[in-house]
Amino acid sequence: MTAARTFELAGAPHLPPTSTVGGVMRQVLYSLVPAVLAHWWYFGWGIFFQIALAVGFALVFEAAMLKARQRPIKLFLSDYSAVVTGVLFALCMPPLAPWWIAAVGMLFAIVIAKHLYGGLGYNLFNPAMVGFAAVIIAFPIDLSNWLTPRQLSPGLPGLGETAYAIVTGQLPAGLAWDAISQATPLDALRTGVQDNFSVVEIRDHPMFGDFGGLGWEWIANWYAIGGLWLVYKRVISWHVPIAVMLTVIIVSAPMWLLGPDIHPSPAQHVFSGALVLAAFFIATDPVSGCSTMRGKLIFGAGVAIITLGIRRFGGFPDGVAFAILLMNMIAPLIDRYTRPRTYGHRR
Amino acid sequence: MTDPLPGERLFSFPGGLRLRHNKKISCETSLAAATLPDRLYIPLGRSRGEQGELLVAAGEAVLKGQPLTRAEHDFQVVVHASTSGTIAGVVDWPSSWPPGRTHPCLELVSDRSDQAADPLPLGNWPTADPQVIIDHLREQGLAGLGGAMFPTAAKLRGDWPALDTLILNGAECEPWISCDEMLMRSRPEAVIEGALILARAIGAGRVVIGIEDQMGAVATALTRARRELDPDDTIRVIKVTTIYPEGGERQLIQVLTGREVPHDGLPQDLGLVCHNVATAVAARDAVIEGSPLIGRVVTVTGPGIRNPRNLVARIGTPISHLIEQAGGYTDDVDRLILGGPMTGIALASDDIPIAKGSNCILALVTEQLQHSQPTLPCINCGECVRVCPASLLPQMLFKAIASDQHELADELDLFDCIECGCCAQVCPSHIPLVDYYRHGKGELRLKDLDQRRATLARRRFESREQRLAREQSEREARRERRREKLQAPNEAKSEIEAAIERARQKKQ
Repeated sequence: MTAARTFELAGAPHLPPTSTVGGVMRQVLYSLVPAVLAHWWYFGWGIFFQIALAVGFALVFEAAMLKARQRPIKLFLSDYSAVVTGVLFALCMPPLAPWWIAAVGMLFAIVIAKHLYGGLGYNLFNPAMVGFAAVIIAFPIDLSNWLTPRQLSPGLPGLGETAYAIVTGQLPAGLAWDAISQATPLDALRTGVQDNFSVVEIRDHPMFGDFGGLGWEWIANWYAIGGLWLVYKRVISWHVPIAVMLTVIIVSAPMWLLGPDIHPSPAQHVFSGALVLAAFFIATDPVSGCSTMRGKLIFGAGVAIITLGIRRFGGFPDGVAFAILLMNMIAPLIDRYTRPRTYGHRR
Repeated sequence: MTDPLPGERLFSFPGGLRLRHNKKISCETSLAAATLPDRLYIPLGRSRGEQGELLVAAGEAVLKGQPLTRAEHDFQVVVHASTSGTIAGVVDWPSSWPPGRTHPCLELVSDRSDQAADPLPLGNWPTADPQVIIDHLREQGLAGLGGAMFPTAAKLRGDWPALDTLILNGAECEPWISCDEMLMRSRPEAVIEGALILARAIGAGRVVIGIEDQMGAVATALTRARRELDPDDTIRVIKVTTIYPEGGERQLIQVLTGREVPHDGLPQDLGLVCHNVATAVAARDAVIEGSPLIGRVVTVTGPGIRNPRNLVARIGTPISHLIEQAGGYTDDVDRLILGGPMTGIALASDDIPIAKGSNCILALVTEQLQHSQPTLPCINCGECVRVCPASLLPQMLFKAIASDQHELADELDLFDCIECGCCAQVCPSHIPLVDYYRHGKGELRLKDLDQRRATLARRRFESREQRLAREQSEREARRERRREKLQAPNEAKSEIEAAIERARQKKQ
């Protein structure tokens, strides 16, 4: 008999893993590419600068915090979670927002919201939304300077002009905010209704496009298409996006039917602001959201209701970021009360 | 509402995974008997309570099929000599569980004649008393061949309501394993006869054989055999969708009946009992041929094996002996597994013998394993929640166990985890979740044991205290009585006289 051969021990299962955190995050990034291109088409070069700045700062802060916390830097940088945070933050920034806004946003997102809570997997709040909340409070003027979409604009700033504006915080000579910027559709609706115009009158302006806002609605469509691809690839589950959209429609439809003069239509709500982005990419953040299926539905519904509330009554034109942060607070509680029934147990 | 008959309508279970089967490569070579090794190491129980009293001593000659132990109750599994030869003694031999440790085995040196003891068939089984059949199966050493090796007799009779349905599990569902498929394909009549025998033993009027939907040849063979051998039409062959872990007992029952086994109960509480198809064949051989359980079909397969195939191996055959007959290892073999890739146990050496539950020897190669997958923190993605067939919250269980909150894990129904490995398989952070669950269960069992020990110690202490108090009070009562007697002088006097009188009588 030949001598026995020895092997190393290991726990089951013995199949190669089917996914990695980095792989999941990369798929999220791929699915955002069409929306980023649409953003460029409607609002010009700014989005690329914003992404580069936010991702750059995110990676620098991430590496610094990993070093300070004595964690393996290369391993955690390659999980792409900081990149995703940076990109999502950048997508919420006006195209010409000066560079320090990205720096402050990422400081709050990566250093405070993520690493001071324990790093990847331990953050209570969605880092990108914490960053956004910080800068919208700190720099309200800068964040309201949205460009007029290409189709209505006398001319979007070129590459050099965009770079100049972002680096210096000033518009280059020859450009004026009044000429190139306009209120976002949500802003216009807010102030219009406050000035006793009816929604129908306000929506006469060409900036409102077909159902949400010119430019905005197509960026939202590309978010939705990217998001549906993620659902199809099972990177995210359908529960949160469906819950967000359906709740927005269910809550806003009756009001709009009863008072079309003061209430925007459900389509207006869905296709303006960051709602679709949030529904597919931010409220679906696993770490700060719910993990049970029923919990995800409640989480999505909560985000939708709070967003509508802030849009109607709050001090900010769009409330998605705050809605998500508020729901982040109670996500663990929701999970606890939506446990599925275990096999062989009665409820 | 009346429940549909088992198998009449198929249900689904939550979660699960669709895995690549990889079964074909071991089914291309037909089923053959493995050659006899020179020495066999027949696994004994860890204690006498598992296999009963040992009947042979070192140096004794035995015949193939001769019982080596005696069972005193249904939970003991009789061990038989797998071939003829001489008992060399009880040795501590490498074993699969606990990993890397040894286990007592009877070493049997083959005399190469393979001479069998007289067979003991139970010819009148169609009319025999069920108890007689179950006794017979116990004497023939039957245990669950699906992998768990649960004593068959203990599953056939017990304190439960009448059973109406026997489910035969032919849905092996783990990738690579094909021993049941090969057995059903090559011996369909034996499966049917075994089913009828087991049904008679439990008094069930219905049998459902659940097989995977991709086993087309098996379905045809079983249906043909059923038509010949089952005149009363009690057996049905049902194909179930191949989703891992469909072959799990609880999942198969859920799929076939739509009902769940209570978490603190048994399938028998639902009026049904589930056996592996190979166990049914073993029952048939024990009753009709009169031959005890001394061999089984073993799949020897995987990318680390040159000629993957199924072999009929004697219990106690070292794994290395089977690997040789499957062409040996490939050069890049890296891990040896007993069982399938999802729940199988990694083996420390190929000296380990085949036991009654050893269904598959799987050899994997380096490129498939990716040893150094770094583990990241849980990102709460919920993939594990989606695939868990028991509807648990695997990520919460993990967090509870990782932070030593074992009571919380218990509240989250840790003990309902069937360790199927689905959650660990899909985890993007590559957390070895099943290892955590095993650890958590171990901690809770230990705590339970500690608690029971503490209760026992307290009870002992209390009864000792009571005894001491009782003795004390008895002593005091005696003293009291004596004092009372002394205080009554007349009585004392008469007692003294009586004593003197007794002494005098003794002298005479």
